[in-house]
Amino acid sequence: MTDVSQSKPPSLYAAREPVFPRRVSGKFRTLKWWIMGITLAIYYITPWLRWDRGPALPDQAVLVDMANRRFYFFFIEIWPQEFYFVAGLLIMAGLGLFLFTAALGRVWCGYTCPQTVWTDLFILVERWIEGDRNARVRLFNAKWDARKIRLRLFKWTVWLLIAVATGGAWVFYFADAPTLLVDLFTLQAPLTAYASVFILTATTFIFGGFMREQVCIYMCPWPRIQGAMMDEQTITVGYRAWRGEPRGKHRKSAEAADLGDCIDCSACVNVCPTGIDIRDGQQLACITCALCIDACDDVMDKIGKPRGLIDYVTVEDQETETRGGTSVSIIRRILRPRIIVYTALWGAIGLGLIAALVMRTDLAFSIEPVRNPVNVVLSDGSVRNAYELRLRNMTGFDRDLEISLEGSRNMVLELQGQDTRSVTVPADETLRQRVYLTAPANSGAATAGATEIVMTVSDENSETTASEPTIFQGTGR
Amino acid sequence: MADNKREIDTATNTETTGHEWDGIRELDTPMPRWWLITFYITIVWAIIYTIFMPAWPMINSATPGILGYSSREEVAQELAAANEVNAPLDERLANMEIASVVEDPELLRFATAGGGAIFRNYCSQCHGAGAAGAVGGYPNLLDDDWLWGGTLTDIQQTLTHGIRYEEDPDTRYSQMPAFGDILEEEEINSLVQYVLSLSNQEHDAEAATAGTELFMDNCSVCHGEDGRGMQDQGAPNLTDSIWLYGGDPESIANTIHDSRFGIMPAFGGRLSDEDIRKAAIYVHTLGGGQ
Repeated sequence: MTDVSQSKPPSLYAAREPVFPRRVSGKFRTLKWWIMGITLAIYYITPWLRWDRGPALPDQAVLVDMANRRFYFFFIEIWPQEFYFVAGLLIMAGLGLFLFTAALGRVWCGYTCPQTVWTDLFILVERWIEGDRNARVRLFNAKWDARKIRLRLFKWTVWLLIAVATGGAWVFYFADAPTLLVDLFTLQAPLTAYASVFILTATTFIFGGFMREQVCIYMCPWPRIQGAMMDEQTITVGYRAWRGEPRGKHRKSAEAADLGDCIDCSACVNVCPTGIDIRDGQQLACITCALCIDACDDVMDKIGKPRGLIDYVTVEDQETETRGGTSVSIIRRILRPRIIVYTALWGAIGLGLIAALVMRTDLAFSIEPVRNPVNVVLSDGSVRNAYELRLRNMTGFDRDLEISLEGSRNMVLELQGQDTRSVTVPADETLRQRVYLTAPANSGAATAGATEIVMTVSDENSETTASEPTIFQGTGR
Repeated sequence: MADNKREIDTATNTETTGHEWDGIRELDTPMPRWWLITFYITIVWAIIYTIFMPAWPMINSATPGILGYSSREEVAQELAAANEVNAPLDERLANMEIASVVEDPELLRFATAGGGAIFRNYCSQCHGAGAAGAVGGYPNLLDDDWLWGGTLTDIQQTLTHGIRYEEDPDTRYSQMPAFGDILEEEEINSLVQYVLSLSNQEHDAEAATAGTELFMDNCSVCHGEDGRGMQDQGAPNLTDSIWLYGGDPESIANTIHDSRFGIMPAFGGRLSDEDIRKAAIYVHTLGGGQ
């Protein structure tokens, strides 16, 4: 028996294998450039869009106003109690992710995930400064001479500028962008803003520049979840092994006749941003960015073979093709029950949210009956209840709201501190108003236990009304 | 369980604890280094903390720490800062006619909020958190019946000097005699019936008629010939529905027989003039203010 006490337990740590994705062109690369441009534009430009809501409200089209507890999205203004709109959108985002994953695999990861988009951008900068794959590999292996230091410093500086712009853009969603921009540079901005910019700059710089595919492989939960979301009929990036194998160098000799279409040129591996070999089959590290399809199609064109050795293809179709059958059309892959159910659910929640938005009122109130004490007997024997009303004016202008009692009751309604039954609620504010309701001595409501009543708040100018039920508590004798 | 026979597990190259249960041996895997380092850092941090901040309990207090931090001092500073912010409003409140505070919405809001806090601290013990008082001598401040007047000035006066509060020379005083020593039981019963009739309660009409003269002779000086009371004297209105000590025959008989002597402490001197004004304004807004 050997003495094992000297040897160490196996390490769980895997050092990162550096990845140097080669430049590629093709239809998916073009699509990805467009998506990158559009998503980055949305992110950077949105906080600068303006939307006029009147003098009392901010004019930023998209604004999360934490201090005043408001969320503005173009014509929509959400109050905290309407957070279900945001919850609904999040559920739609989740279901949308299920839908797209079931239909097209990890299309989110490959095209629109911020990690992918920013990494793509950082690689673009890297390629521009240090050159394509081979030059970068050489530079990586080179000694730290003046040229390497110069190139690296330049690259890191550009990355850092992008990272600062990214972190900077984030905080503009939470405050008036033009004001905050000036404040940031004149050191007038709140500490939270600087801390947010710093943290997001650091994460962008580190995630986009250095961690890259490690974020997808080790940090992100989505690759694990996708296993449950995809099935054999999901269209995803795959290698047609039946066509490619056995792989071998492309030669015009007779022995090449036994070889498949794959010439083992490693083009698919070299362009892969996560450094995997798609020919090994479906794997956790594949973000389905489709760049290997572009790379392989290019090679197939050159050697005069049909495209699609690496292709968007379902697992089921690959098996059918291996047996010699023909694959099912993409339409039939998408129009299947699972996808239709996801789409229906997604659409139902969307319609529900739209309906809620259309029926949303800009005038609302709540009644809190004062229960300490439940009632007060006045000197003439009449019974008074007090109510704490919270009147919400969800518009951008002041409104005079009249409070009344529904139905013909012989009770007297008074507003604390007001001579009339009307009160002015400032724009975009909630006003607390105490309301007194007095039932005459020996009347039904005064002597009964509890009487159900309905209070109405109305705005004459806009002819808007809101009603809430509550209870008048009599003496019970 | 075997003796401590520590050995090396061949599968993992890790030492075992030497304990064995039914053939199962326990690995003695060392703590991860990052965990140990974090643990040592927390120890060092704790030592540094006890040097700088109050930490070790002594007999009367704790070691102060060289930073001299004190949470009480922090509260005192925050209170001082809050008082400084409120100082201009306090000054305005102190220098104005209390009755005209309703014309200044900002000041009214400030005084009501401050008065509410004062009320909960100093008044709610007797008058209740909702200011509804309690039968048995604690007036309900929400209704429209006031023993000593319900205007802002009246309430301010009552708060400042109290009622029947002997330590304050300016306190307002009213004392109903205990008629148990003066009148016969039957006479008291007649009076009770008359008083019940004043507030339209169920009563014995014959006894009430007999009580009329007794009332005029003994009670009307303070309560008035019509029984509506006199706020200058602190004499309650006997014709309304509100009874501080209960309006049933037994309670009224007790009141006449033994009299009542409720005391409201004076807050002048205990509270600042501004605070008394705030409390008065708060009470005035509760629904009964006149």
